[in-house]
Amino acid sequence: MATTTRTVTDLTSTTKDGVGASPRRPDGTLKVTGEFAYSSDMWMEDMLWGATLRSPHPHARIHGIDVTEALRLPGVYAVLTHEDVPGEKRYGLEYQDQPVLAFDKVRYKGEAVAIVAADHPETARRALERIEVDYEVLPPVSDSRRAALDPEYPLVHEKGELPEHPEYNQSGNRVRYQPIRTGAFAESPSSQEAHREALERLRAEADAVVTTEYEVGMQDQAFLGPESGMAIPAEDGGVDLYVATQWLHVDQRQIAPALGLPQEKVRLTLAGVGGAFGAREDLSMQIHACMLALRTGKPVKFVYNREESFYGHVHRHPAKMRYEHGAKADGTLLYATLEIIVDGGAYASATPAVVGVASSLGIGPYEVPNVLVDAYGVYTTNPPCGAMRGFGAVQACFGYESQMDRLAKELGMHPVDLRLKNAMAQGSRIITGQEIDMPLPMAEMLERCRDLPMPVERTELEDPSDQRTLPGGVAGTTRGEGVVRGVGYGLGLKNLCFSEGFDDYSTARVRLEVVAGEPVVLVHTAAAEVGQGLVTIKGQIARTELGVEKVVIAPSDTQVGSAGSSSASRQSYMTGGAVRTACASVRAEVFELARRKGFVPQGREDVELALEGGKVVSAVDGVLVSLAELLGESAENGTVVERTREYHHRPTEMIDPELGQGSSHTQFGMCVHRAVVDVDVELGLVKVVALDAVQDVGKVMHPQQLAGQIQGGSTQGLGLALMEEIQVKDSEIRNPSFTDYLIPTILDTPPMRIDVLEHPDPHSPYGLRGAGEPPTLSSTPAIVAAVRDATGRPLTHAPVRPEDIVGIDL
Amino acid sequence: MEFLRPSTLVEALEARSAHPDGVPIMGGTDVMVELNFDKRRPSALIDLTRVPELAEWGVDGDRTRLGAGVPYTRIIEHLSGRAPALAKASRSVASPQIRNRGTVGGNLGGASPAGECHPPLLATDAEIELASVRGTRRVRARDFYLSFRETALRADELITAILLPAPTGPQQFAKIGTRNAMVIAVANFSLALDTENRRVGTGVGSAGPTPFRAEAAEEFLEAEFDWEDGRPLSEAVVTRFGELVAAAARPIDDQRGSAAYRRHTLAVMARRALSWSVTDYRKGSTRCA
Repeated sequence: MATTTRTVTDLTSTTKDGVGASPRRPDGTLKVTGEFAYSSDMWMEDMLWGATLRSPHPHARIHGIDVTEALRLPGVYAVLTHEDVPGEKRYGLEYQDQPVLAFDKVRYKGEAVAIVAADHPETARRALERIEVDYEVLPPVSDSRRAALDPEYPLVHEKGELPEHPEYNQSGNRVRYQPIRTGAFAESPSSQEAHREALERLRAEADAVVTTEYEVGMQDQAFLGPESGMAIPAEDGGVDLYVATQWLHVDQRQIAPALGLPQEKVRLTLAGVGGAFGAREDLSMQIHACMLALRTGKPVKFVYNREESFYGHVHRHPAKMRYEHGAKADGTLLYATLEIIVDGGAYASATPAVVGVASSLGIGPYEVPNVLVDAYGVYTTNPPCGAMRGFGAVQACFGYESQMDRLAKELGMHPVDLRLKNAMAQGSRIITGQEIDMPLPMAEMLERCRDLPMPVERTELEDPSDQRTLPGGVAGTTRGEGVVRGVGYGLGLKNLCFSEGFDDYSTARVRLEVVAGEPVVLVHTAAAEVGQGLVTIKGQIARTELGVEKVVIAPSDTQVGSAGSSSASRQSYMTGGAVRTACASVRAEVFELARRKGFVPQGREDVELALEGGKVVSAVDGVLVSLAELLGESAENGTVVERTREYHHRPTEMIDPELGQGSSHTQFGMCVHRAVVDVDVELGLVKVVALDAVQDVGKVMHPQQLAGQIQGGSTQGLGLALMEEIQVKDSEIRNPSFTDYLIPTILDTPPMRIDVLEHPDPHSPYGLRGAGEPPTLSSTPAIVAAVRDATGRPLTHAPVRPEDIVGIDL
Repeated sequence: MEFLRPSTLVEALEARSAHPDGVPIMGGTDVMVELNFDKRRPSALIDLTRVPELAEWGVDGDRTRLGAGVPYTRIIEHLSGRAPALAKASRSVASPQIRNRGTVGGNLGGASPAGECHPPLLATDAEIELASVRGTRRVRARDFYLSFRETALRADELITAILLPAPTGPQQFAKIGTRNAMVIAVANFSLALDTENRRVGTGVGSAGPTPFRAEAAEEFLEAEFDWEDGRPLSEAVVTRFGELVAAAARPIDDQRGSAAYRRHTLAVMARRALSWSVTDYRKGSTRCA
């Protein structure tokens, strides 16, 4: 399926199942057969069940909480409120602004107010019903535009409640405001009058101007394994927490202060993770379970139910965007302006970083000499929003790609030609002034995508009346009436790894020893396997680097240094880099040992050595010694070589608060999509016929897993294009269930042709590029463009709703 | 909560009589969701999966007698000729796993206005058999739905069977959902032409507090349809039929769709279903399809 352009980074590994192969996942069989233990499957004989009382109001003052009746219920061991939080009463990923348990006020519907531990989940549930909370309901603060721009709008967090963050210009309901100014707009960065004049001049110069407002709805990560974990009190007064998360150490960093414990007394082990996509970056039940375990002296397990899960994690920021683009008649872009407001909801979570991405990538990978961006992340009393695959770049991508299509139409150009005309490449500078100092074969990708074979026409199908091939599917709404085909393109630029000055690193411990006559490598990291397949990649790297087939992956826990988050498409790069670095150190030690023990012939100390097939091999003399002989059986006092190494990517910097300039990103990734859709234009229903992609990944580490990432990312983007939206009205979620929050089924998911390019990044391990996020950006605008092509409708809201297609106002 | 497992119909009726607050359960695809979401805590669950009569279908004179506990999968496999509209509706229900468990009896017991079975039962003038220790009675589907989630079923009765008239003309079913499978209806519609009695039957779901018939549309079409030869209808007639179906709706705005969209789709579905029926009628194929 995937055709691949081979390059010099190709590793001709002699070790089976090394880098570039597609070995089976170590946890694959268990997952397919249903035997894998997810975090919700954990069980201990004497454990208690935790449950959470949540606010029924989006915004209310709390005048009192009475737990007396709940405590009286037999089987209830503890009922805790904010008064029982032993340490810091607030936590947070970037800002410490979220109460462990609400006090004074609740700021979103579903906010945790009290927690219960009981001997049965039903008992815990009944105890929740007996807790009396005295609320004074306040009006919701739900309009993100007013939160960004109206100084009179009520504050979600009253002044003085939170620590100041001057680096983000925080004020009022603004979590972060980030401007970017280039060209004519940079001349007087903060003078609105000067901007207006510059804009008038540019408009006059342009042959075509398109101005549009777009909206991206609140998408849910829709992982299948709900928030869950178990806390076990320890004899040393600490706690051991087994939890499904994305970053063990950042959890530990937030949990320990809330418990009033030193970090080392809060030990975390990764439990089986049923999907993440960003939703597990923030804490959910972690502190609550630990508090209850420490209070009761018993293990406490939490499992959110599906509805609760919709309130229990952050979502993708909904965005309101105003774009204006001006171009010359030949398609050359002259200027672009963007106002983007992302709604962070009640607590900051990752909002500042999302604004950093949305602003810096707000215009996309296009050469534009004059740019004006105003990006706002705001507090409201809506559900909190934070990390989700694509992280601020998804929202902007829908906007700028829609603009490219409108502009192409306005100028009578093919949408691919307009993009080619303004395409960035290696050496280009994005709007922050950062140079793209790695390959960016955007033009090649666009051309390859355009030239991919088209799917067959409906009339050429084996059975055109098969309902499964038609919009509406098996519900039988059409036999072909009203069905129109459309084609659309989309591409997106994504920053990979952490940005804006964060010292991003990962740690790996690698041990080589001989067990039962065979060399064995143990790889130990704290990196979260969330389904993406890092667990396979770590083994492949160890095999390739150490020439040893047998690799054991230790469980991820906090007994080794931080691996950073399984986010930002960064783990193959970062933890892959750490494993590789640790392996290199182990290998050097092995060679040193071989020299010391006299296995390297005299006078040939400088000859290059390698580890292959469990042996030390010289480029001149061939096999020198087997690892089994060199190291000796570890159980019989043989040599164990163990190294722990950190891997840091190159430093980045904050973009400045005035002009938004600076090299804030580590790496860039891109995917180009072409979508073909059949639309029932009378009913507003869509069938995606094909969703083909071209992506440059620098280096294919595991072809099968890579295809899975691209298919999955494309499908998540399809969901955002056509159906996935948490509908929020007056700060309340209208569809907190998988009955009404729809994600694509197999009948909604088309065949995908995937064309993978490998232009290596000189800065990254193996030349690889993070691959998980880029397809999530580009598939949404490609599909919406295809629906526009079929219907002629403007379609400015993602997801497209049937009403938008048939022209009913919402 | 008591969990009762009667193994004969007599036992089941006695259990029902003894537990008027209990909830009968068959496939559990509705009931278990309500229990899991804590929306219901009945005093007893009456498990009907062991009652053999409920899981059978057969012939009853010129009608098909469908046990209330026959899962959708078997309706799709066996009844696409005897009950085309109901079989089409069954195909559109949820996922394969749910279709293996879910039943028409459960759909009727839950009486959600969005239930897929209701429009075909209304359009084809099916009867519903209700049994209790007091005896058995039959209620026309057209008299079954009283108000939102309220039906003619009495507290001591079980839904035992559905009686489906033999089709004498084309039958259609269509359902709107914003996903191509496994979706709750935004609106659904069924049309059945009874060529022997020259009657038109309609059924509409998810567009009012109960499933309902579009009676004005039925009367209009009965007068306009060419019962002799099934000649194509004028565009004006087809359009008018769609308008009358849409006009009968009392839809709401909710998270699944707006009232205006629901009305709009009913008109489109009604027009299309009518056009398909004319085509099918002229082919003469549906009578023994």
